[in-house]
Amino acid sequence: MATERFAIIATKGTLDMAYPPLILASTAASLGVETAIFFTFYGLNIIHKKRMQELKVAPVGNPAMPMSFPPSMKNGFTDAIASVMPGPPQLLGVIPGMTDLMTYMMKKSIKEHGVASIPELLDACKEAEVKLIACQMTMELFGYSQDDLIDGLEPPAGAATFINYVMEADKPMIVFV
Amino acid sequence: MATITPDKSLDTSGLNCPLPVLKTKKAMEGLQSGQILEVISTDPGAKADIPAFCNRTGHQLLETVEEGGKYIFYLRKK
Repeated sequence: MATERFAIIATKGTLDMAYPPLILASTAASLGVETAIFFTFYGLNIIHKKRMQELKVAPVGNPAMPMSFPPSMKNGFTDAIASVMPGPPQLLGVIPGMTDLMTYMMKKSIKEHGVASIPELLDACKEAEVKLIACQMTMELFGYSQDDLIDGLEPPAGAATFINYVMEADKPMIVFV
Repeated sequence: MATITPDKSLDTSGLNCPLPVLKTKKAMEGLQSGQILEVISTDPGAKADIPAFCNRTGHQLLETVEEGGKYIFYLRKK
């Protein structure tokens, strides 16, 4: 059978942007496709032992962000807010604590909707044998050592190694997140 | 539908994409070829995702039952 390789480049280090690469990778691998994620720039934070606990979702610069309240917080008052305000006005986003509040609400929604947490998805990726590759150059740029990153990763690699690994397959696919 | 007797049952009620598929894959690993897995899900996405999983992996989707907001799938291992 022709070899297939599905590779995702994860470049963002926010809570919302950590999800798509991990969901797609764990699912692709579960469907029997050889899968890899290349973590570069802020995407490295997703596999950083300490920083992965602190991933946040920012209301500033994110006009698409809906402020949907977690099911347990839905009541007449929050319904009224949601009906006039689909999301927090950008100006409010700069108030200290807003990022933490939005992150708290998103994490609560995630849990209440039965969506996996980031550590759970990383475990699922490892279990499904997704190759998790840290970008060597960004590790140096950010001053991250191998010990700062979670266990179970492939050796850090450069761009050429990664591209070569993917393109070697008969059916390669690269997705940039 | 009552004629299918599963060898193993997996309840993913309350879980959302991609967990039903990931757990189905894992549950399949514990079965022998030809054995039947029952998967229960409340995720509307699973309605299309479980058939897609079967299509990719070669397991056979014997039947899908929808009742009371739950989707029940019967999969025969390849």
